[in-house]
Amino acid sequence: MFAVAAGALLLAMGMAMIRALRGPTVYDRVLALNNLGTKTVLLIAVAGFLTHRPDFTDLALIYALINFIGTIAVLKYFEYGDLGAESPRTVATEDM
Amino acid sequence: MTALLDGVSWLFILGGAFFTLTGALGILRLPDVFTRMHAAGMTDTVGAGLLLVGLCFQAGDVFIVFRLLLIVALLWFTSPIATHALAKAALHGEMDPDLAGLSDPSRGGEPSTS
Amino acid sequence: MGRTIGLWILLFALWLALSGHYTPLFLAFGVGTCSVAVYVAVRMEILDRESAPFHLSWGVVTYLPWLAWEVLKSNVQVARIILSPSLPINPSMVHFKGSQKTDLGRFIYANSITLTPGTITTGIDDDDFEVHALISDAVDGSEENEMNRKVTALEGAGAGH
Repeated sequence: MFAVAAGALLLAMGMAMIRALRGPTVYDRVLALNNLGTKTVLLIAVAGFLTHRPDFTDLALIYALINFIGTIAVLKYFEYGDLGAESPRTVATEDM
Repeated sequence: MTALLDGVSWLFILGGAFFTLTGALGILRLPDVFTRMHAAGMTDTVGAGLLLVGLCFQAGDVFIVFRLLLIVALLWFTSPIATHALAKAALHGEMDPDLAGLSDPSRGGEPSTS
Repeated sequence: MGRTIGLWILLFALWLALSGHYTPLFLAFGVGTCSVAVYVAVRMEILDRESAPFHLSWGVVTYLPWLAWEVLKSNVQVARIILSPSLPINPSMVHFKGSQKTDLGRFIYANSITLTPGTITTGIDDDDFEVHALISDAVDGSEENEMNRKVTALEGAGAGH
């Protein structure tokens, strides 16, 4: 059962990777990589069950956090060309 | 009892795998970045949710179940924020959503050709 | 003050649930870590009704299952579109009026819209929500109106406390 889930996840990761490589815009690549990260979280969790070591869920939890922060950081860099120039709070009130 | 749990697990895991694969197919098939976000959202919400809930039935330990549910909650909270940031960045970057609705083969492409 | 203590209790409960070791040393580490985290939050002055919305707790418990069911339903809808060979999409930009009073309520409504596949909030201007929809007839208003009503009720339920 876990092997089936892992196989489906690997297939889906491959499809997301194709989109990340083909683009065409940078936003397609970010979207595909964020999606790839989500699937990696799921794959880590499934791999933990596959190897009878469910402690892997801790790693999946941390990966989910890093994936989100990484995506936001990359998007902020593309939008403003800088990671620390503007305070996020003023940016949020300006654009919302 | 174990057989019942296994059956429920199979149901959830197969459902999660189905939605994850469909989401990945959507990322390949749909024509522009805004429509692809809808497909990506499928993986983040129901794909991850069903798969991890399916794993919960096999955990046999309340701590593992809590962690798996925490991952689901985390994904459900962060996914819309990341999607919104991406949409805003794409609009800010002079990307116009393709509102014609007709798929342009040069921009999307069928998964079979890739 | 209640919010500070509430955050500390919440963080310590999370520590207990994730740790799994209940020796005095580890409990002391937990107390220390939570105290430092809460101290930093207080120093940054980010602890208010928006960042620690404990007043919404009960409303969220009843709202989330409904939202999960809505998300599942629209997932099936989007999956059917993606899997059909002709790809019958009709992307459009639509505008919604939200009836929420606070930024927190608008945030919950916007995220609920985005979480439901087939609709993505691309911008908010006061009570005007700009939404990108995968198929335009998915947003005839009935489903979004119900969501709008429920989020407003959720927001209003906590207003008295």
